[in-house]
Amino acid sequence: MDYIWGCLRKSVLQKKISMTPIVSVRKLTKTYGNGFEALKGVDLDIEEGEILALLGPNGAGKTTLISIICGIVNPSSGTVLVQGNDVVRDFRKTRALIGLVPQELTTDQFETVWNTVRFSRGVYGCKPNPDLIERVLKDLSLWSKKDNMIRELSGGMKRRVLIAKALSHEPRVLFLDEPTAGVDVNLRREMWQVVEKLRESGVTIILTTHYIEEAEEIADRVGVINGGELLLLEDKKTLMKKLGRKQLRLELTEPLAALPPSLEPFNLVLSDDRMALMHEYHGEEAQGSVPALLNALTRENIHFRDLSTRQSSLEDIFVALVGEKA
Amino acid sequence: MNVEAVKSIYMFEMARMRRTILQSVISPVITTSLYFIVFGTAIGSRIQTVEGVSYGAFITPGLIMLTLLTQCIGNGSIGIYFPKFTGTIYEILSAPVSMTEILLGYVGAAATKGLLIGLIILATASFFVDVRIAHPFMMAVFLVLTAVTFSLFGFIIGVWARNFEQLNIVPMLVVPPLTFLGGSFYSINMLPPFWQTVSHFNPVLYLVSGFRWSFYEIADVNPVVSLGMIGLFLLICLSVIGWIFKTGYRLRS
Repeated sequence: MDYIWGCLRKSVLQKKISMTPIVSVRKLTKTYGNGFEALKGVDLDIEEGEILALLGPNGAGKTTLISIICGIVNPSSGTVLVQGNDVVRDFRKTRALIGLVPQELTTDQFETVWNTVRFSRGVYGCKPNPDLIERVLKDLSLWSKKDNMIRELSGGMKRRVLIAKALSHEPRVLFLDEPTAGVDVNLRREMWQVVEKLRESGVTIILTTHYIEEAEEIADRVGVINGGELLLLEDKKTLMKKLGRKQLRLELTEPLAALPPSLEPFNLVLSDDRMALMHEYHGEEAQGSVPALLNALTRENIHFRDLSTRQSSLEDIFVALVGEKA
Repeated sequence: MNVEAVKSIYMFEMARMRRTILQSVISPVITTSLYFIVFGTAIGSRIQTVEGVSYGAFITPGLIMLTLLTQCIGNGSIGIYFPKFTGTIYEILSAPVSMTEILLGYVGAAATKGLLIGLIILATASFFVDVRIAHPFMMAVFLVLTAVTFSLFGFIIGVWARNFEQLNIVPMLVVPPLTFLGGSFYSINMLPPFWQTVSHFNPVLYLVSGFRWSFYEIADVNPVVSLGMIGLFLLICLSVIGWIFKTGYRLRS
């Protein structure tokens, strides 16, 4: 009874959450003037407070999707609602809720950090608020550079200036278009920390990336876009579980001439040097085949000196998905 | 109406002028002074008067117009072209501002700059020649209408231009010949009848003539016609901008 009650409550809760997505995209298409079909009917709900990673190769339609939601590109058909407001009809309401950090480092090179962030806040129709801008700059470790011209800053700092600009009007939803493209490993880690901090403050974050590692590291949900279509949208953990294969590798103490018949059901592969056994299994299986396999090995008197498991990464999943559809 | 946004864009543009004060303010003053020295003093001393006005004073309204047109078109176009060029336009396009508010910010700043420089040149001119203004109110009307109209025209060029060459082609190649041949430095009554007729196809003639009338009450064309022509240019520019905003031409794909 408790179990059923639990399930019911869970489903009600889920429904409640999914009934009020902060961004709701329906049947969205975009065909550019030159005839290029960038989006072919995308449906997408973004939940409040989540980090959603949109994954896809270059030219998949990620930036077009973001640009339509933010109002830079007009949709060909379909609708986008932000907190229930249409991005075309009620653009003042929707755009005030959204912040955008573009892919390119586009800044006014000859402006100071302070002026450019203040300008952003004004353009979004907010009254000046030096305290807020101070807080944003401090959070992004830019405070000491506030009077520097942007052209004097490093690439990583310029990226943070763009984030500061996007946060200057206190948006509820933040779009980060390829936040770590062409950024070194340290800066990428730093950027992830910034994103995590933002999420803690309650901002919904949508980031596009073609680095699988990035999605795997910070996202709650992952969407895969290719050829203008959303191929998949899934909770990251579910996705890894559902599609993620695991591999167990056993390093043997002595070479094995052949697999004994009793081990056949385990789908084992013997390495070329006959010193290792590989076993593929599904990460989702509750009662895994691993314990049974280890027992069987003991019965057959096969000894191993080491074992390792490897879970297939999002990258494998992604390559499989994109490759399938291509 | 997003007043904060209009204010921000306007102030941002005006700050650009403060930063480039040498180029935007000092340079037109020097250029105008040179015109006065060469045309007003060296050549003007042999011409004496045109329709009862000393030559130096006669060319003053034309000189102001020449600079006003160049400055307004230049500022109006660079204001919108530069964010397009650097890519920072994404911010303005994704902000909760209407196209009208964008226009008010950019064109307002360009026209203000043009007007300021026009007034500075008027002040400079008064050091060289005896400038009197018969109809100060009409002078201001002509000045403001011209500044706004040509800042709008500059905005259109800025939206249209895909590179710096296209951006500069109108202020550099079209405006100077039209201004020089539009009666800035002479009265078209001095021309043979054929060229007088040709001159009437030059829009700048109407601007210079009307503006000069507000100073000295002498005009190549009726000042009411001049005012009507400026109104017509203003309407044309506004319609083109209306179309740009409706279609998103070269701004929003």
